[in-house]
Amino acid sequence: MSVLAIAEHRRGELRLVSLEQLAAGRDLVDDLGGELHTAVIGGDVETFGAKLNREGVDTVHTVDVGEEFNHDVYTQVVTQLAEEVEPTVLLMPNSVNGLDYAPAVANRLDRPLVTDVVGVDAEDGLTATRELYGSKVETTIDVHAEQAAVTVRPAEWPTIETDGDAAIEAFDATVDESAVRSTVKGFEEVGGGDVDITDADVLVSVGRGIEEEENLDIIYDLAAALDATVAGSRPLIDNGWLEKDRQVGQSGKVVTPDVYIAIGISGAVQHVAGMKGSETIVAINTDPNAPIFDIADYGIQDDLFEVVPALTERFR
Amino acid sequence: MKILVTVKEVAAVDDEFEIDGLEIDDRYVTADLNEWDEYAVEEAVQIKEAGDDVEVVTVTIGPSETDETIRQALAKGADRAVRVWDEALEAAGLLDPETKAEVLAAVAAEEDPDLVLTGVQSADDGFGATGVTLADKLGMEWGAVVNDLDLEAGVASVHRELEGGVEELTDIELPAVLTIQTGINDPRYASLRGIRQAQSKELAEYDLADLGLDAAGIASPLEQTSLYEPETEGEATVFEGSPEETAAELAALLEEKGVTN
Repeated sequence: MSVLAIAEHRRGELRLVSLEQLAAGRDLVDDLGGELHTAVIGGDVETFGAKLNREGVDTVHTVDVGEEFNHDVYTQVVTQLAEEVEPTVLLMPNSVNGLDYAPAVANRLDRPLVTDVVGVDAEDGLTATRELYGSKVETTIDVHAEQAAVTVRPAEWPTIETDGDAAIEAFDATVDESAVRSTVKGFEEVGGGDVDITDADVLVSVGRGIEEEENLDIIYDLAAALDATVAGSRPLIDNGWLEKDRQVGQSGKVVTPDVYIAIGISGAVQHVAGMKGSETIVAINTDPNAPIFDIADYGIQDDLFEVVPALTERFR
Repeated sequence: MKILVTVKEVAAVDDEFEIDGLEIDDRYVTADLNEWDEYAVEEAVQIKEAGDDVEVVTVTIGPSETDETIRQALAKGADRAVRVWDEALEAAGLLDPETKAEVLAAVAAEEDPDLVLTGVQSADDGFGATGVTLADKLGMEWGAVVNDLDLEAGVASVHRELEGGVEELTDIELPAVLTIQTGINDPRYASLRGIRQAQSKELAEYDLADLGLDAAGIASPLEQTSLYEPETEGEATVFEGSPEETAAELAALLEEKGVTN
């Protein structure tokens, strides 16, 4: 019995989910018995390997293949490593890159795959907790298999900060270059405008609840009255109503203003990832069950089209 | 060139709802075309409109009730549709990405597409894994979370939307499966003409046997055992009263926090 967690890094940085997975892995090993393995593939594997040596980790596998993530390489290496370690549960990050190789690995290993889990339990077979319908409900899923693959939602487990005494072992993977049919050419920062929302003290952030592009005027009026910067959630950026660099969230910017006013934003996990560090969070939303109220400090459960103009009036 | 687009009907849940056993009571659920798939359909139709001799075929796993949703995709410009359903799929309960990919792969084997587009994920169960599983089963290349696509000479040059405002630029050899992220294009509304035309477009129905799949082999390894509303961790101070009253309270708070004009 063992657990193997595959780390993630990008442009020379180990990503936090790599360490969070170790806590999920520990939970499982506590139930299953056996060992916790982790692995880092590519990049500066020595430095990354040392960082992954945290309390409770038995073995860190380092695989020195290339610099950056390539899904064809990861798929081959993780498959080989899992065949070697034979973990009961193979953990991978539920990140954009995790979802770019985990399904292929699970398919090759003939293991069921449960993605985006927010909880795991192995006391009586593997049970995973997931969210459905944009976090409105949670569900538990029993996995009927001896061995499984799981992708772990970022920011759901704490990171283990204490150093460990793991064995650090180089793993010699064989990469079939003819099966590498994708080439990463580089990276690009998302731009579009000339505003830095990460620098603002007060953000007026708007979501799908605004309904129409024309309605944004009441948001600009409020922002002007408060001397605040306008930001938004994903649907507004997708619609082209706001520039890409005003997007708050997992695929946008992470912001930590003094005051974050979320207007007509339901609070999907991808959005919350980008703003939960704000000092004071205010939410205005008609739906009292909107997840945004779970993380807000103050809330108004009412129609934004009435509340926002009334608020603007107060500052005129 | 042939483009196969996976299209799923998803359930949207009202703000207020009740749970009935392992499901949300039907009264609170509306069926709709999966948002991510809408972008995938649009991308395929735009490729068709830009080039000669491109056929766009949609494929859906679902019962006959999903035909209306499939017609939406046809009304937006897909040429024809395939729908797969079977008692064994109905009985399997929670379909995991592998089972769905197995069925879709059988359709892809029949259709032999050059490019397969799927949504990144579905709005209801949100596994986000069917596209890449499908690619691996077909022995095709793939790219997950694509928000920009340029096709040229057998290569898809894509942007993959990573976290934190960074995009990865990658070249992918065709044939390939790409999972399409929202925002890649601006999905059109179906025109009245499109809606009329959709009614006469082919919508082929298959069961597992038609695709050479063994119904006895369909068994999802995942079993949903509970469904509940997550406990709220919220400790928000909620201002009560008329919009003027709540706005006044919020204004006072903001001034206290040092926000002034």
